[in-house]
Amino acid sequence: MRVFLIAAIAALIALPAAADEKPVQLKKAPGLDKVEANCQACHSLDYIPMNSPFPNAALWDAEVTKMIKAYGAPIDDADAKAIAEYLKANYGS
Amino acid sequence: MITRRHLLGTAGASAALALTGNTFAEAAGAGLTPGVPPGLGTVATMEALPGKKPLIKLSYRPPNYESPLEVFRTPITPNDEFFVRYHLADIPEVDAKTYKIKVGGDGANSPIELTLDDLKKLPAFEVVAVNQCSGNRRGLSNPHVVGVEWGYGAMGCARWKGARLKDVLEKAGLKKETIEVAFDGADGPAVDKTPDFIKSIPVWKAIEDSTLIAYEMNGQPLPHWNGFPARIVVPGWTGTYWMKHVVTINALTKPQGGFWMIPAYRVPVGKFPLRDRFISQENATSTPITEMVVNSLITSHRDGAKVNPGKVAVSGMAWDGGYGISSVQVSTDGGKTWSAAKLGQDLGRFAFRPWSFDLTAKKGKNTVMVNAINKLGQSQTPELIFNPAGYHNNVMQNITLNA
Repeated sequence: MRVFLIAAIAALIALPAAADEKPVQLKKAPGLDKVEANCQACHSLDYIPMNSPFPNAALWDAEVTKMIKAYGAPIDDADAKAIAEYLKANYGS
Repeated sequence: MITRRHLLGTAGASAALALTGNTFAEAAGAGLTPGVPPGLGTVATMEALPGKKPLIKLSYRPPNYESPLEVFRTPITPNDEFFVRYHLADIPEVDAKTYKIKVGGDGANSPIELTLDDLKKLPAFEVVAVNQCSGNRRGLSNPHVVGVEWGYGAMGCARWKGARLKDVLEKAGLKKETIEVAFDGADGPAVDKTPDFIKSIPVWKAIEDSTLIAYEMNGQPLPHWNGFPARIVVPGWTGTYWMKHVVTINALTKPQGGFWMIPAYRVPVGKFPLRDRFISQENATSTPITEMVVNSLITSHRDGAKVNPGKVAVSGMAWDGGYGISSVQVSTDGGKTWSAAKLGQDLGRFAFRPWSFDLTAKKGKNTVMVNAINKLGQSQTPELIFNPAGYHNNVMQNITLNA
């Protein structure tokens, strides 16, 4: 339910913020569904490749934690873990 | 002093980075700065926001778009090519007719509300000033640090017109106990729990004559993406304090808190040769970023550009935190000897200062290094002063021209 809600929010806010936002295609790999369902509620997905591939595993963990703790992203533990693993495997060093 | 070994190291690294950067830049169709994280090349595109010319899109939402190098060939940056930077994704189109700025806080005796017309009825002042993102050139940090991976173009210089912030604060009855003045804009977060973007400056900076609530940029209303209908202009200081779409101004007798004051936008204490201090926000290890460090940019040529042997006019811009540029030095022998460039039009101490230098290119590789010096005697750094957020990158450029 939460995932659905966030995706719905993402769909709603995408329009007024930047009318011609094009989809950003990330690498197809396990966990991508969690990234798409959670991260783009607050920001477009280009943020991820932009910050790559330099982050090591610890840095990607810290970034996911920052999104939850500092920015208040409503991501549950299981999704947070899946997102971090996806980022480390596909956009890490 | 710059050592021979340092220069060789820099040149080698630049060449390697240039190769990677250019490959990705071509793929993206965007003139990315060599040295930015390679992943940026897979998502950066030249795209136009409504009302803007195509700029280098780093992120759609929040929108972060930087100006290509060529935009900086004039000391005034056109409004439709001025960079765009937001932290939060909910950006309303503000209606000028209903727009109001609330001025209050515990440091104000008589809180007021100002419409855009009220603002325009106050005495108007103009300043030509550089607005540079604190993180400009973050993408060039070595090692890389997370954030918006800007190249050289998260900056611009405009003629700003507006009311003095101090005149507005006076109307609200500024108390002598006030230590900071805080700003909030109409834009906000996509989810409620994300901290709203609220920034403060010390009261001494707020009441400087040059600090404005600007409603005009280069003789036009501000573009939506640059803060319509009015934004704070803090000449000399980095862009984080230049609140766009400003709707709340609070005089404070206690330090402003919140994520965007601490831990965000901070530099390690004592690491940079800065004069302006923000004492009410300082702690033992970190302090808010304040004025821009002295810097320059070669805008006539990109690194690796082809030129004809013989006379080549190299030019660019120099700027600092408002002390003024005293000279721009150019070296064509890897830093062994330096010659003064010719300075161009002086639009004021907060503005881009154009400079130009004629060199004689020999067949093959020619290097050009530039170092700007301000009226305090501060100059650019030969080596990156690393800091966790990638701020204040004023490393001297060292580009190659191929004749």
